[in-house]
Amino acid sequence: MIKYIFKRLMYILVALFVIVSLTFFLMRIAPGSPFASEKSLSPEIEAALQAEYGLDNPWYVQYKDYLISTAKFDFGESMKYKGRSTNDMISESFPISLTLGIEAMILAVGLGVLIGVVTALYHNRFPDYLGTTIAVLGISVPSFILAGLLQYFVGLEMKLLPISGWNGFAYSIMPALAIAITHMGFIAKLVRSSMLEQNSSEYVKMARAKGLGKWTTVFKHTLRNALLPVVTYLGPLFAGVITGSFIIEQIFAIPGLGKYFVTSITNRDYTVIMGTTVFYSIILLFAVLIVDIIYGFVDPRINLKGGKK
Amino acid sequence: MKKNFLWLAILAALTLVLGACGFGGDKSSDDKSGEKTLNLAIASEPPSLNPQLATDTQSGSILNGVFEGLTRVDDQGKVENAMAKDVKVSDDKLTYTFTLRDAKWSNGDQVVAGDFEYAWKWALEPKNASQYSYIFYAIKGAEAYNTGKGKVEDVGIKAIDDKTLEVTLNNPTPYFLELTAFYSYMPVNKKVVEKNDKWFAEAGDNYVTNGPYTLKEWKHNDSVTLAKSDTYWDKENVNVDKINVAMVESSTTADRMFQSGDLDFLGAPFQSIALDKVNSYKKDKSLNIKDTAAIYVYKFNTKDDVMKNKNIRKALTLGMDRQGLIDNVTKGEQKPANGVVPKSINGWDSQTTFFKDNDMTAAKEALQAGMKELGIKDASDIKVKLSINTDEAHAAIAQYIQEGWNKNLGINVTIDNSEWQVYLDKVDNGDFQVARMGWSGDYNDATTFLDQYTTASNGNNQTGWESKEYQTLMAKAQKETNDETRLGYLQKAEQVLMADYPVAPIYDYTTLYVVKDGITGMEPDVLGNINLKNVKISK
Repeated sequence: MIKYIFKRLMYILVALFVIVSLTFFLMRIAPGSPFASEKSLSPEIEAALQAEYGLDNPWYVQYKDYLISTAKFDFGESMKYKGRSTNDMISESFPISLTLGIEAMILAVGLGVLIGVVTALYHNRFPDYLGTTIAVLGISVPSFILAGLLQYFVGLEMKLLPISGWNGFAYSIMPALAIAITHMGFIAKLVRSSMLEQNSSEYVKMARAKGLGKWTTVFKHTLRNALLPVVTYLGPLFAGVITGSFIIEQIFAIPGLGKYFVTSITNRDYTVIMGTTVFYSIILLFAVLIVDIIYGFVDPRINLKGGKK
Repeated sequence: MKKNFLWLAILAALTLVLGACGFGGDKSSDDKSGEKTLNLAIASEPPSLNPQLATDTQSGSILNGVFEGLTRVDDQGKVENAMAKDVKVSDDKLTYTFTLRDAKWSNGDQVVAGDFEYAWKWALEPKNASQYSYIFYAIKGAEAYNTGKGKVEDVGIKAIDDKTLEVTLNNPTPYFLELTAFYSYMPVNKKVVEKNDKWFAEAGDNYVTNGPYTLKEWKHNDSVTLAKSDTYWDKENVNVDKINVAMVESSTTADRMFQSGDLDFLGAPFQSIALDKVNSYKKDKSLNIKDTAAIYVYKFNTKDDVMKNKNIRKALTLGMDRQGLIDNVTKGEQKPANGVVPKSINGWDSQTTFFKDNDMTAAKEALQAGMKELGIKDASDIKVKLSINTDEAHAAIAQYIQEGWNKNLGINVTIDNSEWQVYLDKVDNGDFQVARMGWSGDYNDATTFLDQYTTASNGNNQTGWESKEYQTLMAKAQKETNDETRLGYLQKAEQVLMADYPVAPIYDYTTLYVVKDGITGMEPDVLGNINLKNVKISK
């Protein structure tokens, strides 16, 4: 087990190196500069700015500097937001995205599993049709549409929840719901199909034959196996939701991390691009690793040593 | 048992995480009784709240509230003394002597002439790479020092004593007292800044200001809070106790906040009115429209094989239906532009009209003449690439104009859109035929629009056009001490430029804004700035 984790950690390091290198070169190939604006700079000022951030060095020196600073997790000062370090920007905005993401995930998993179980148990009856409809709607309505509708009806017309901002729990309900609903639909579909598969298996029939109640069977036996595909889905989902959604943050004016992913690229804010990319990669890679480890607990048939005897 | 333990562990971890991050809410009572609060929104985090590093109007408006320069400009464009008690101008109009009033920084220090000298020279120091340093180039020796060719001792900024600042200029500059109101010219507290070079990154003890408000809180990416300053010299005339500036990127969201009462004002330089909402505000008569010194143009690349021909450029310029464009596409009550200087600039209402809008007969004549000169037989053989940066509004304008050129002149037009940075790169390298550009004035004088065309190598010219006659007129205007004569030279210069059509003017911008009842003083000046000091709330 420990050997397996160690091996995976090595892979993560290699993957990170590839990601950092690719990001660096893609960033450099893209035309533009962090200092470009409609009013052009005098060549002297531009040279001074380039020198300040080390952009006047040949590419291999810059590449080396990037690798060293990445290894130290010190990404340097933002080129757009003067006097702000990339690390501060991430550490200030990440907790907000994390909170929102976890809330969205609890909603998505909770509601998704519930709908999935109900639709499977009442297969081809009214609750199934209703639940499936909700799930399909959830998958097909884009989150920004839902966010806009929620904001208009719940926020402006009914005045039930604050329209935008980030000042307490009430502010997080609508954005979390908007993020969660697509994933909820997806999880519901996953749970439904694997529950149906399990329901026709021998051990469920056995449990029912022994006289166990419908719901007891579900919680004691079926659900555990039916959740396997959901666990696979959880890793990337977790990494995706906790690093923030650009569009949701934009609509609800939430000071989260998602905004930086997108705006840093349009600003050509090299240090922030590198910082957010590395940060996101680490989270994604570790989320996948953790899912693989959890797999071992949920399904003892999976051997973490990689198939060796 | 093992399973229970696992669930317990997950639950514990979740509680820990949720407890640790929280929802960032501070429940400190928002509305103290009788406190006058103004709620505003800006579209994004201010890139810098250092007066010498800021470059955008949003940061500028906040700086205008927390700092104060030697002068202030009111919403009618009148210059009034601010930090300066008295200004003496020498007869040759080259030396300005400012006497400072008794004013204090928010930490209790006296505002001294040395603070101004320090701030201005800091902006000019090459290694600080201040992007707006050119706004100091009116001062003697400033350009040489800033570009590394001169010494700091030769810059014409001198604090004679704590109360007297002497500034020497290169040329008579009639708008110099407007420049001293601009945020780049605002002072910083030398003692504090020298101790901490990152003083401007956060609100707090190091962010020392001398304006009507202090920077009380800066939650990055979330909000900026200003509070009335106790140490401001004119605090009797500051009516608002607290200003909340929320950062709301989506204009639709901002509009909903305004409708629900969370915001008191919508309009540039703060978050602007969503385009699709303009009509409804127009209908209920709450929309305010103010002319702004900014212009939207299409620039021609005069080095291009087709666009090098003056008559073709003329045909394209005349063959646009500007009023139709404004009524049907932009819908912001803009004014059809007739030159490269907006009509709202000082003295420009007397400028001649260069062409008639949507003049198809003249446009067709010019097209025929141009085709003859280039040896083109059929108008459809002319292929024009119209470059824009990716944006819905620019695309809609480009399509309208494309349609007009194609239908009325028979020219083949393709629209080439690219992402903003790529676009700037293309335009700077001359890789375009026709390209859109916007330009907003930094001060209320025609030179802020005309200077860019003086040489082809000016980074803001982009057209490759230059003219000896234009250069002579601009040089004459620079040396002239009589305002009338100077204006004459500048107007003549624009006539020389417009006779060659390197630029097709499209519209002069307007600022649209809506404001909640009971709030006055939010009217932007002609440069689109709002003087937060003058805002009054009557409730």
